[in-house]
Amino acid sequence: MWQPSASISTLKARSHFLAAIRQFFASKDVWEVETPLLSNNTVTDLHLDAFDTQFNFDVTGKQKSLFLQTSPEFAMKRLLAADSGAIFQITKAFRHESAGRFHNPEFTMLEWYRPNFDDKKLMAELDELLQFTINAKPAAYLSYQQAFIDYLDFDPLTTELTELKAIVSQHSDDEWLQQETNPDTLLQWLFSMKIEPCLGSGTGENSSDDWTPCFVYDFPASQASLAKVCQSDSRVAHRFELYYQGVELANGFYELQDHQEQLRRFNADNELRVQAGLTKKPIDSNLLAALENGLPDCAGVAVGIDRLFMLKQNLTHINQAIAFDVSRA
Amino acid sequence: MATFSTNQFKAGLKLMIDGEPCNILENENVKPGKGQAFNRVKIRKLVSGKVIEKTFKSGESVEGADVMDIELAYLYNDGEFWHFMNNETFEQVAADEKAVVDSIKWLVENDVCTLTLWNNNPIAVTPPNFVELEITETDPGLKGDTAGTGGKPATLSTGAVVRVPLFVQTGEVIRVDTRTGDYVGRVQK
Repeated sequence: MWQPSASISTLKARSHFLAAIRQFFASKDVWEVETPLLSNNTVTDLHLDAFDTQFNFDVTGKQKSLFLQTSPEFAMKRLLAADSGAIFQITKAFRHESAGRFHNPEFTMLEWYRPNFDDKKLMAELDELLQFTINAKPAAYLSYQQAFIDYLDFDPLTTELTELKAIVSQHSDDEWLQQETNPDTLLQWLFSMKIEPCLGSGTGENSSDDWTPCFVYDFPASQASLAKVCQSDSRVAHRFELYYQGVELANGFYELQDHQEQLRRFNADNELRVQAGLTKKPIDSNLLAALENGLPDCAGVAVGIDRLFMLKQNLTHINQAIAFDVSRA
Repeated sequence: MATFSTNQFKAGLKLMIDGEPCNILENENVKPGKGQAFNRVKIRKLVSGKVIEKTFKSGESVEGADVMDIELAYLYNDGEFWHFMNNETFEQVAADEKAVVDSIKWLVENDVCTLTLWNNNPIAVTPPNFVELEITETDPGLKGDTAGTGGKPATLSTGAVVRVPLFVQTGEVIRVDTRTGDYVGRVQK
């Protein structure tokens, strides 16, 4: 097990791939930053778990938790609030969850922020990056609502819980689905199982040369995360995801600037955590202070670099895209 | 009975699902970018033998199945039951057709098999990974065709049909991998 899980030639190709990304941003005057991997706070998201480490040398003399970051988002927003301008980062991110074909608990993330961009403009830039770095075809764009209408023939924004259960029951007789009380969980189930595997494919019959990256945008406001709610339609938020070859590659927002709304969402997340029998997470007061001071109007996106590289190289497992997977780390 | 969280799911884990012991064949994590993650598992129901797909919310727990694997030697088939014996205690266990159906063609007298018991009843029989069986019928190999273009079918003494290289002949004993049904080699007598 001392040997790398990726071949040396693949790792050299990865080095060129990373260089191409840096070249792309240099040409657009977006500068590279580095932010801490260890943080005093972490995300409150119900479905994300951070690695928790023990720090024994704090100035207070007390032991305390430092969390390995699940993404550099909060720290980068603090730089933006300090007038950094457009910035990007290629960094490690960590999620305390099982490894799989598309997941390693430690992974490389590309994240960038663009002042004066909205989600539409940032999607266009990510589209350009894909064409430049992996020679992808120009992307397709599909709203969350339209994705459900196209693939499952119903409108996710107007369908009630009982109707949703009836739709789910056409696809699965798993009992827990009928007992589920959160409509978003059922929508996420349908999206993950029935829509996502088809996204980013071409018009043909899954022929691999025919793949086209696909943006899904305007997620329901109930799944807004850190995105602004849409002014013209409060049922949806300015959040988008990118899919390619049936794999989720990126998540982006037209960023929420309102610190009170942000605090409300953190607290709501923590309430959900308590209901699910999980511990509350400390809320990042530095981020809230930065938002209060003023986050510029901006859009930001995070891209899973290991996955993107895996697809570029036609690899079948993420282990083949990274030097040492978690079992060899 | 122990329960297992979805993050302990892996091939071979035995769970109670719909009141029936099941064996996980494949487990896949399905994670949306943000939001609820799921486990999609392919399971074999151990009593009916049916293979089905199920999904779970990641983080949920499922009751484990109280099943036990024991090693017994295959004795004989009386037309209705397949009889196995513990080589140390000489205690015998009879398995019905449902339990042996996937393994019948690999059962060799005196070979030690794994019997899966649920409430002390055998519900599945797993043959050894490798068995040695005699070829009862195969076409004579064609001369000159030594490149091994996929070989030829051969019928074994149990009725199993496997692909063998062209040079292997009727009457020879071969070694077969029961997990894949692949020919491994000739056995020197």
